[in-house]
Amino acid sequence: MSSTQQLLFKNRTPGKTVFLKEYCKTGGYQGLEKALKTMSPTEIVQLVKASGLRGRGGAGFSTGLKWSFFPADKPAPKYLVCNCDEMEPGTYKDGELLAADPHQLVEGMILSAYALNVDQGYIFIRYAYERQFKNLQKAVAEATKAGYLGKNILGSGFDFELHLHGSAGRYILGEETALLNGLEGKRPNPRLKPPFPAVRGLFGRPTTVNNVETIANIPHIVNGGAEWFKGLALNPEGAGTKLFGLSGHLNVTECFELPVGISLREVVDVYGGGVWKNRKFKACLPGGASTPFLTAEYMDLPLDFDPLAAVGSRFGTAGVTVFDDQTCMVAVTLNLLKFFARESCGWCTPCRDGLPLVCWLLEKIEKGQGTMADLEMLREQQRHITGRSFCALAEGAMGPLDGLLRLFEQEVIDHIDKGHCPF
Amino acid sequence: MKKLLLKKEIDAFRKKALKLEHPREMVIDLLRAIQDHYGWVPDEGVELAADILGIPPIEVEEVATFYDKIYRQQVGRYPIHICDSICCWTRGGEEIAAHLQQLLGVQLGQTTSDGLFTLLPTCCLGGCGRAPSIMVGKRFYGNLTTESLDKIIAQLREEAVG
Repeated sequence: MSSTQQLLFKNRTPGKTVFLKEYCKTGGYQGLEKALKTMSPTEIVQLVKASGLRGRGGAGFSTGLKWSFFPADKPAPKYLVCNCDEMEPGTYKDGELLAADPHQLVEGMILSAYALNVDQGYIFIRYAYERQFKNLQKAVAEATKAGYLGKNILGSGFDFELHLHGSAGRYILGEETALLNGLEGKRPNPRLKPPFPAVRGLFGRPTTVNNVETIANIPHIVNGGAEWFKGLALNPEGAGTKLFGLSGHLNVTECFELPVGISLREVVDVYGGGVWKNRKFKACLPGGASTPFLTAEYMDLPLDFDPLAAVGSRFGTAGVTVFDDQTCMVAVTLNLLKFFARESCGWCTPCRDGLPLVCWLLEKIEKGQGTMADLEMLREQQRHITGRSFCALAEGAMGPLDGLLRLFEQEVIDHIDKGHCPF
Repeated sequence: MKKLLLKKEIDAFRKKALKLEHPREMVIDLLRAIQDHYGWVPDEGVELAADILGIPPIEVEEVATFYDKIYRQQVGRYPIHICDSICCWTRGGEEIAAHLQQLLGVQLGQTTSDGLFTLLPTCCLGGCGRAPSIMVGKRFYGNLTTESLDKIIAQLREEAVG
């Protein structure tokens, strides 16, 4: 078992939430003090860029690079928005982080706002995270009282106001422009890009949207430095640790902080305690419902953005959902596609009409009523939907379909040939 | 008749609306507050929110109908959201949904005749490590079995009487 330095889960005790006093005992808000007293905003952006931190919300774009595009010199108001919608099936890491240690996100927000010269912040929290919402309310109140939020923070002249927004369901709100419409109180369909949020975001002003885990890493990078952070990963191109949320057919389905670049084998066998009921590993979603399946042949691949992209999958959010060898992959894909079809906002045709058609075809095949023409139509739909939807939702929905058609084609054909589900 | 929202809450929202540059940003807060108080959001709730925010009711309605956790139809005292996404599915989510329907004698989308429970399918609740799971109102329950479900429903029935 790799011994992993714990940053994000350093203060985590199951069933307990750490607040200001205990957070400060283990170095909390020292990064903020250090930054405000000794570092310029540009230095922090450079540091984050050098650390190799990549967005933890699933897309994996370099956080420092994203920040370097932000027009920090434009007049106020400018916004930093934290995306805690976290609604992709298999993904629950941000919820675990905020249940354990909410001040990390608050400190990260203040540091990030300072780096971007932003005066207003929002944390967007999904409906189901009622406990996390309350934790953040308390953390914001404590931080305000301690002088970490508000006007002239720690005597630096820097002002930052942080607001919390409790949402009311729907996966599409995790798409950053839909989220911005949601925050504005509009119907949350996604917006056309460009203009990108950095140019015209919340209320038409420059805005950066980052994931919870991404922002929670910032205090650690400021404290420990870029080289140290990069060195935490096991693979040379990787950086930092990652929260892995395990689920599905494993003996242990918990969330762990592990080094980036750890192998799937170690995650499954050591942390997940192996596949349940003494069954064999068949496949997994490596990083949430939208990431194409990985099969057992990739057990020794380092789990990170580039190595997974190279084999046609994605690191996503590192929510690893495992399926045992008695699982029907047509049924799995149907379940996943039903999720995407129901959560479609209905704005564009490929998503609104294409995803239900894909579900209909998969259901027909799963029931043993499919034909080879249905399989061909599935492929055709995949071609028609991929790259043609207004936002990334339908694109994400094509992840599991791609995995099914590429890796489990024979299983689909077996359903058609036998006239029933072989499982 | 039951009020949509307490007068002091309405006043607080009106006061805040005057201060905000973009009062519309409060629409979800308002709808959630009405729902917490009234149990769901009737047409009058949409009209009240529109009045407070100074926008036409249709602009509240198009937001209210988008979100699945805003109830625009009457629901039971305990709306039960049953996760049907992949992680719960791998660990018996379908059995949980079937058991609840049998136990309560209603189908998904329906409310029990005593007005206590409404069954609603929902996407992932972020409790993937504790699958299968449901939410009753805003309370999360994980690692469910048919036995633990029986207990939860019995407890809620008791709570409703007491």
